[in-house]
Amino acid sequence: MNGLPEANINYDGPMAALVEFQSLTYEIAGRAVLRGIDLRIEENETVVLLGRSGSGKTTLLKMVNRLLEPSSGAVLFSGKSVTASDPITLRRGIGYVIQEGGLFPHQSVAQNVGLVPWLQGWPEDRIAARVRELLEAVGLSAAVYAGRYPKQLSGGEKQRVGIARALAADPPLLLLDEPFAALDPITRFEMQQHFSRLRKAYGKTALFVTHDIREALLLGTRIALLHEGRLDVVASPDDFLRTESVHARAFLATLNEWSPN
Amino acid sequence: MLLNEILALSAEHLWLVAVAVITAAAIAGPLAVLLTRHARPRRWTLAAVNVIQTIPSLALFGFLLPLPLIGGVGKRTAIVALVLYALLPILRNTVVGIMGIDPHVRQSAVAMGMTDSQILRSVELPLAMPMILAGLRIATVTTIGTATIAAAIGGGGLGTFVFRGIAMVDTKTILAGAVPAALMAITADEVLEWVERRFSV
Ligand SMILES: Nc1ncnc2c1ncn2[C@@H]1O[C@H](COP(=O)(O)OP(=O)(O)O)[C@@H](O)[C@H]1O
Ligand SMILES: [Mg+2]
Repeated sequence: MNGLPEANINYDGPMAALVEFQSLTYEIAGRAVLRGIDLRIEENETVVLLGRSGSGKTTLLKMVNRLLEPSSGAVLFSGKSVTASDPITLRRGIGYVIQEGGLFPHQSVAQNVGLVPWLQGWPEDRIAARVRELLEAVGLSAAVYAGRYPKQLSGGEKQRVGIARALAADPPLLLLDEPFAALDPITRFEMQQHFSRLRKAYGKTALFVTHDIREALLLGTRIALLHEGRLDVVASPDDFLRTESVHARAFLATLNEWSPN
Repeated sequence: MLLNEILALSAEHLWLVAVAVITAAAIAGPLAVLLTRHARPRRWTLAAVNVIQTIPSLALFGFLLPLPLIGGVGKRTAIVALVLYALLPILRNTVVGIMGIDPHVRQSAVAMGMTDSQILRSVELPLAMPMILAGLRIATVTTIGTATIAAAIGGGGLGTFVFRGIAMVDTKTILAGAVPAALMAITADEVLEWVERRFSV
């Protein structure tokens, strides 16, 4: 693990982690999927959870908004154990974006994006204004897209709507599970750039799951490498490039392997 | 004269069907929702309702006759039997319709902080609605057919002509019951299919 001090801007008193995993373990069907996870995520960070498929990334993400509960150990959100929080309130304060989008097929783009504000009882006109603002923020013209249905969207447009939906009620934390994995490489690159700008503009903390080392290096303020349910390396992108871990090196080896023949 | 009786018995037939299907829907709908939330009871309830469906209708009417409270000759016994038959398509389609929703959609709903009843009302029921309506349509059309047999135990309806015609060996009288029943079934099928299409996503 890295021992580098975090860049503390506006430090006053002990810095509160927005999310903290403490000796977290998760077992299912007699198998340990996550073992002894310790990780603190400070505000304004983008921690990328990198790992091969099956390494436990999705499982770890789902611990934060209580889609799954730890077998032992704890997850703290804003200093409070998530298992001690009301799951409904907890989830409305955490944005969640998945690869498959998970948009409601029977609702328009505007209804999808306005869902959490609607659940929270915002007045109609405020929801409408927020939906317009967010669609424009993710690069979709509200006039064109608000009335469309998910099946009338391309893969990239669906993910934009998914991100707008996650941001709608202004949650401090975003959880993203391979949101761009199914996109073509050019769209993916555009989305990565766009996400990076958007996250900074809105000042969000993000826990971002990917199996793509490029994406991890591009988006992460820190990269947490998960290997068979354990955290192998936690490092800034620069330090990650220099790490000795064999599992990290295996990912890095895929970077410059292209050669014409 | 005959026309008047056809109209009266058609109305009675329609009433039998409506009461049976509405009652079955009132039972099967909520039950189906409960079953989508509990895997084990789901399996044996669907199995039990499946078994009811395999009992020949005349035999089921016969079984019900001697039972206290619900039994005896008359409309009530007929309606009980028709409800039992109508349960399965409604129950099965509602369960399958809800269980068949893309798991990522349901997971997103949970992750965004929707309560179970919000998920049911705003996600599951709207998405399952075409399937649920198809179940209602199948239940209605089959009940229109089965209800003709209700006359055998004093249920009335268009079956009255059919059984009278059989007893008199008179094809015309049989047809006076069978043709309106068939027309009723076809009309119900068309109308409900139209409603179903309006609800499809
Ligand atoms: N419900 C489950 N039952 C059994 N094993 C599971 C279940 N969910 C996940 N797993 C196992 O846990 C491991 C981690 O899964 P996951 O967190 O989805 O990995 P990742 O997202 O990194 O691809 C996998 O080996 C998977 O097979
Ligand atoms: Mg995964």
